[in-house]
Amino acid sequence: MTDAELMNVVKDTLFSVAPDLEGEAIKPEETFRDQFEIDSMDFLNFVIGLHKRTGLEIPEADYSQLQTPADTVAYLRKHWSQASR
Amino acid sequence: MIEFQMPSLGADMDTGTLVEWYKKPGDLLKRGDVIALVETQKGAIEIEVFNDGRLGDIMVNPGQKVPVGAVLATITEPGDARAAALPPEQRAPSSLVETPPASVAVPRIPREPPLPSPPSTQLLEPTSPSASGVRAKVTPAARVRADAAGLDLAVISPGPDGVIGLREVEGARTVRSTPRKSGLDLGEMRKAIAAAMARSHREIPHYWVSQTIDTTALFDWLEAANSKRPVASRLLYAAPLIKAVGLALKETPELNGHYVDDVFKPSNSVHLGIATALRGGGLVAPALHDVDVLDLDVIMAALADLIPRVRAGRLRSSELTDATATFSNLGEGTSESLMPLIYPPQVAIIGCGAAALRPWVVDGAIVAHRLLTVTIAGDHRVSDARRASQFLSRLDRLLQTPEAL
Amino acid sequence: MTDTRRITYREAVREALREAMTRDERVFLMGEDVGAYGGAYACSLGLLQEFGEERIRNTPLCESGFVGAGIGAAMGGMRPIVEIMTINFALLALDQIVNTAATIRHMSGGQLSVPLVIRMATGAGRQLAAQHSHSLEGWFAHVPGIRVVAPATITDARGMLWTALEDPDPVVIMEHATLYNEEGDIAAEGDLAVDIDRAAVLRSGDDATIITYSANVKKALAAADQLSGEGIECEVIDLRTLRPLDDATIMTSITRTHRAVVVDEGWRTGSFAAEVSSCIQEQAFFELDAPVERVCSVEVPIPYARHLEEAAIPQPAGIAAAVRKVLRR
Repeated sequence: MTDAELMNVVKDTLFSVAPDLEGEAIKPEETFRDQFEIDSMDFLNFVIGLHKRTGLEIPEADYSQLQTPADTVAYLRKHWSQASR
Repeated sequence: MIEFQMPSLGADMDTGTLVEWYKKPGDLLKRGDVIALVETQKGAIEIEVFNDGRLGDIMVNPGQKVPVGAVLATITEPGDARAAALPPEQRAPSSLVETPPASVAVPRIPREPPLPSPPSTQLLEPTSPSASGVRAKVTPAARVRADAAGLDLAVISPGPDGVIGLREVEGARTVRSTPRKSGLDLGEMRKAIAAAMARSHREIPHYWVSQTIDTTALFDWLEAANSKRPVASRLLYAAPLIKAVGLALKETPELNGHYVDDVFKPSNSVHLGIATALRGGGLVAPALHDVDVLDLDVIMAALADLIPRVRAGRLRSSELTDATATFSNLGEGTSESLMPLIYPPQVAIIGCGAAALRPWVVDGAIVAHRLLTVTIAGDHRVSDARRASQFLSRLDRLLQTPEAL
Repeated sequence: MTDTRRITYREAVREALREAMTRDERVFLMGEDVGAYGGAYACSLGLLQEFGEERIRNTPLCESGFVGAGIGAAMGGMRPIVEIMTINFALLALDQIVNTAATIRHMSGGQLSVPLVIRMATGAGRQLAAQHSHSLEGWFAHVPGIRVVAPATITDARGMLWTALEDPDPVVIMEHATLYNEEGDIAAEGDLAVDIDRAAVLRSGDDATIITYSANVKKALAAADQLSGEGIECEVIDLRTLRPLDDATIMTSITRTHRAVVVDEGWRTGSFAAEVSSCIQEQAFFELDAPVERVCSVEVPIPYARHLEEAAIPQPAGIAAAVRKVLRR
């Protein structure tokens, strides 16, 4: 999958967690918290959403690697088997 | 027979607009059933009934804005055979029906419509039944106007005399032409918050007591617990924190209840209002019921259910009125502490800053521990700093043994 | 605009009589006490001196007789104005009016007509008790073959007579007895004849239409003023002609206001107001936001005692209440 496709996965998961954000521009390098006022509940739901979408069991220790959209794309590329197809 | 009235869903609510009925006349109702959706400044609220019974006549139609206290519907109680049989016109008449002034939150308006005019002047050929099954009286001009406006007569409420005239059609048209956003109007919410906070500041003599709590034990336990749990069942630290707050409040009744009409009514239950911020600037604190006795998983599931509904503007009336105290957690990456204001008619609010690494003293040495500063505001008419301090000590102790929560 | 002058209704009637007699030598006035006495309501005061006994003719106290004579005179080429003292006594001449005046053109196949004008004083309000206080305009308006007009204003009192005299068929002019002393402004010069075909909108408003005639016009205007203070603006229509009725003016108004109140001093049952109401529901049913309200006299013989008489006939307060009722306030 291309980076753009992975970014779409991130976006779709984000919008399913926070439908009110749909239509907003996403800045890849800015943290979710700073851009969208995502709190820990939203973030947990985001992680759950990623899990549902990709099957990845993301440990709590890895949350720090998912702070920005770009970081999340990189994490998916690294851990998600489907990403490398 | 019971008159089900528009409830007050907040200290400064005057009116609400009925959006949708979830039950039909004749449906069986249990206490707690959601019966209708009402739009208020705080979004669309699902209204629950307080009584068992059967839904009788619907008095207010979707789209209609009514003051707090207005009769929305009648509910026949078991054994109340008489009421369901009579159409509204044949019940005991009142001599005069008054319309309350719009700006005043009037608790009651006269209920029964007056008797209709004598048969010789009744209008002919009404074809749209009102919700109770009795034919509505529609004037010819109203019928034409509704037709032209594309309005279904069934959604227009008759006036106090039981007639749908031009005035009622125009009223329905105005409501419809105001675009209704699904859920929330942040401007309206801000007004409601402003009114509530101003009232809080004006009426409640606040005092604040703070304590910085070492949450190392809490987060250690949480990490271990979450590592064994699948993603979907993980706990946020808010869950044990809420439980601990609930337990501590249970032991400090002066901080849990309502102050109304110069009297404090302590509550046997702890229903904690969870202050939830909305993107765009709104703030609502719906109640989680009985937090002191809930499992952490149940609390977590309740939060996961509640918070999206808050953001979508879909809450239940009991969530807005039942909180006996409020919990305001700034969350990660935010400020160290806050001094919150109490939501009347509650008597306390517990505010937590960010749980961050800060200097701490252990065995005489300075170490970096994850610390949480908790500030409780109390109503000085009901409690004092000593009681608040006892609450905070209890909370601290509870958080040191998170596995017991 | 020409200058105006202020005269009474009575003076307007007298001027109209004088003008008619001056303009057309076929015109003459006949009735009880119209000569030296000057008329029961002083409408012909001074006219005997001006025009002489041939043209101002006292009649015996026999309505049937002198109305019949007037009919005959009209058929014979004159232009008589028959004054029946009051509508109460016109009952004695109903056979002449209904069976002769109204029907001769029809019965003669158009060969004969009756260019007759009958004037009569009508109504209650002067404590003349049950037999002398009738408002039976509706009975006359019921009959094909005659016109019935009711001048409510000085202008109409002055101007309807000539137009009525020009009509080749009978015209009955209803003059409410309480109007004779009313004062009003009238043009100083010019042709003062007015039409007798159309109603007049005397006051504009969007909330309700009050339809009335004769002495109730000023009561309706008073009610409208009072209601204006409550934020209710009424349209007031003076019917002016009862037969034929000017439907168009009425329906145009109701199409805008959607609410109608008809005021009629007759008793409610079978009243002229009932006719107007019926026309409204036939022609403007879909415009109505409320049933048509009628304000009529109470169904009793008109009382003699003043306070009872006042209570029995329409008053501004009752008219205002009816307007509020159609507005459902």
